[in-house]
Amino acid sequence: MMTASLMNQLMASVAVLSPEGATGGTTGHGGAASSHLAGLVEHVGVGPKWVLLIVFLPLLGFVLNAVYAAIGNKSKLPAWTTIVLLAAAFIATLSMFLSYEGTPYTVYAFEWFNLSYGDKSFIANFSFYIDKLTILWMLFVTGLATLIALYASEYMSHDIGAGYCRFFSAFGLFVFSMSCLVMGDNMLMLYLGWEGVGLCSYLLIGYFYKKPSAVAAAKKAFIVNRIGDLGLALGIYLTFVHFGTVQYAELFNNETLHQYINAAAVGDFSAIPGEAQWIALLLMVGAFGKSAQFPLYVWLPDAMEGPTPVSALIHAATMVTAGVYLIARFYPLFLVSEHALPIVAWIGTITAFLAATIGMAQFDIKRIMAYSTVSQLGYMFAGLGLLSTTGAAFHVVTHAFFKALLFLACGAVMHGFAGQLDLRKLSGVAWMKGWGIVGVTMLIGCMNLAGLPYITSGFYSKDMILAEAFVTPGYQMIGWILVITAIMTAYYTFRVFFRVFLGEKHCEPGEDFHGDDKADFHPHAPGWAINTVLIVLATCSVLAISLAYIDKAENHGWVGSMIVDSTASYHSPYSESLAAAHGGGEPHAVAGPVGFAAPGKVLGMDPHGGMIVVSGLGAILGVLIAAYFHGPKGWQGLFLGGRTEAGKCRMDAVAARMGPIPRLAENKWYVDEFYAMVFVTPLRILAHVFHWIDKLLLDGLVNLFGFLPRVFAWIIRPSQSGVLQGYAVSMAGGLVILLFVVIVVVVRAGGGA
Amino acid sequence: MHAFESIQLFGSGMAQLAFPTEMSSSVLAPYLFVSAAMFCIGLIGFLTRKNMIIMFLCTELMFQAAGLALIAFGRQHLGSDGQTFVIFVLCVAAAEAAMALALVVLLFRHRESLSASAWKELNG
Repeated sequence: MMTASLMNQLMASVAVLSPEGATGGTTGHGGAASSHLAGLVEHVGVGPKWVLLIVFLPLLGFVLNAVYAAIGNKSKLPAWTTIVLLAAAFIATLSMFLSYEGTPYTVYAFEWFNLSYGDKSFIANFSFYIDKLTILWMLFVTGLATLIALYASEYMSHDIGAGYCRFFSAFGLFVFSMSCLVMGDNMLMLYLGWEGVGLCSYLLIGYFYKKPSAVAAAKKAFIVNRIGDLGLALGIYLTFVHFGTVQYAELFNNETLHQYINAAAVGDFSAIPGEAQWIALLLMVGAFGKSAQFPLYVWLPDAMEGPTPVSALIHAATMVTAGVYLIARFYPLFLVSEHALPIVAWIGTITAFLAATIGMAQFDIKRIMAYSTVSQLGYMFAGLGLLSTTGAAFHVVTHAFFKALLFLACGAVMHGFAGQLDLRKLSGVAWMKGWGIVGVTMLIGCMNLAGLPYITSGFYSKDMILAEAFVTPGYQMIGWILVITAIMTAYYTFRVFFRVFLGEKHCEPGEDFHGDDKADFHPHAPGWAINTVLIVLATCSVLAISLAYIDKAENHGWVGSMIVDSTASYHSPYSESLAAAHGGGEPHAVAGPVGFAAPGKVLGMDPHGGMIVVSGLGAILGVLIAAYFHGPKGWQGLFLGGRTEAGKCRMDAVAARMGPIPRLAENKWYVDEFYAMVFVTPLRILAHVFHWIDKLLLDGLVNLFGFLPRVFAWIIRPSQSGVLQGYAVSMAGGLVILLFVVIVVVVRAGGGA
Repeated sequence: MHAFESIQLFGSGMAQLAFPTEMSSSVLAPYLFVSAAMFCIGLIGFLTRKNMIIMFLCTELMFQAAGLALIAFGRQHLGSDGQTFVIFVLCVAAAEAAMALALVVLLFRHRESLSASAWKELNG
């Protein structure tokens, strides 16, 4: 089926030559931006049934683990069941990738919704839509889930028994939900998965349900996500109202949508009805909630109350990228909205910067990683908003590897030091016996997050987004903010590394002893499962560099080649013509909601070349700053640092001189308190008002009807005296009265007659 | 239809042959006086005595007073309904006597007393 993708390319070039003819005369505005999309989804085939295994094997894991819990299993069986099933799902995903032939296809499981009223019909089946975007996401979702399940088999081993079963049960359910979200062939399946991952997130954040902070964090995550989910639900509803379908194949083949895209490509947004433009804005709210973007990011740092494997899988690598997937999947809808993509770009940038400032001031290493996740998700959103879906998706992939790695390394520390996460109380962990692998893999993860030039995959993916920001006219500001954020990222990442992993060996255990005695505490080094997973993830993080070079000239790397044949790609009619005009250079030109752009220059250089200088030097600068302020004395601190004790560093003096700023940043700029004041407190007061209305008015009314018979009974109760003769007298008296009445009536009747 | 009427005629003829003539109200009156007296004795006894067995006997007396009145009226109207009804009342009274005496025994066992006022706290 290589011919199909060839056809797409041919059609795209035809579109430039003769815009009118390309999409069968449906284009009314000269351009034919949608021809690529049309060519892609025109012939959606039917796929093999074994693809269903990817979805249903994790569900089987969920069911089996629930059964294990019911029969009181007390071994590592739940972990191994989950690992084997997820590995099988990963192999199925791999074979799906290898056997993919270039055209998207659907796989039908069973009928779900099939309603029709009048001339409209609403069809949403339990079936799956496979294109390269789906495959890209499923590859890292199932792959990472398998690895992290292996890690969790050791990490959760203190909880063997019901808790262990519960953990892996929710784990399986999560992967099932995530598969539904990513693979579903209609928006309702996406919504099902969306809510499913939200549920699993709730269950796993609240895993330690006896801990009040964990319960509060779980509720917070769930409630904040509700706000986003409302947007998503309304977006789906509006899509159906406007386009009359929620199925991807029909939606992306919709002629009206193609007309809108062509209008948007030439900047004519007045030709697109407001209703269609609102869809993207509503979907965007959903994406902001799930992917922890600026107004709704507050739940993600608190979600670190869950066990670390959960933080790594759900709250770093997979679930939080669902928002990126959502926007990438419905990119055609976002393109036709005048304001959606610029808002996405700016919110992403603000989030990236804000989260980085908070991350710099935290002392809890897991929270630092959480804020860096929020920050990196901001990068991805900025990439999406700037029409660089390739950059965003590439960053999703690399970030999935290195952030999972970082979390798991932090989790190994937490596991080994009885829950200690304060970077002031740990030092030189990498030199302790048995911690070498954690130290080395953590270094690799940190280098990736910092984006050190050429040797890390994080550098390439971040560079792609930054370069895009600099070549889009009017968006250089975003570019500079993101560069500054990159420096900050390098600083706070290596702050953790220099303080926790290098320097004098020192540790104070945390509070979570699992039965050990605090007096004779000794850190227990990670076992083979944790070490294996860390090594594999570190290797993947490094190998991901190669993705940037595969198919580089054509599509900006392997991820680009996956994106280009999916709905996330965007082919401007200008890109090919301008690329031709520039002698076959990289097609950078974009048009649409964020304006027109030609291949621009950064500091007088090609954008990618320029960004290698700017962001590469920025990353190194950040590392050096971290080394100076937090690095230990000697070579370990790159001969810059001066730290000799775990708890003291040069930054303390600087922070003391900066007034209230470090304290404000450590307290997350009081955003939580602000939300509590503006939203939570008024709602709480309102709730109390309604509580009293309910209690006084409604309950009062109901109680009144209960009270009246009671009063009546109180009046007539004395007649039941309990004296048998009393009853007899009243009976006889009654009889007398009755007789008297009868006689009077009879006598009167007789008298009358 | 004819057959039915003829059977009825035959029946009434037989009744006139088999039974004496209707009683006059002056003949009826003594029966009713006795019946009323029995009822009043029973009623007064029921209202004034506290021994549950005596009270039960008084109710029986009232029963029989009613029965006597029924038979007297039945005789006056030359119908068999009154007598039939009294047979039923006797059966029910027998069954009721068995139950009532058993109840009285139980109540006695609870309070070691046959007085009805021992159960005064069963008030509203």
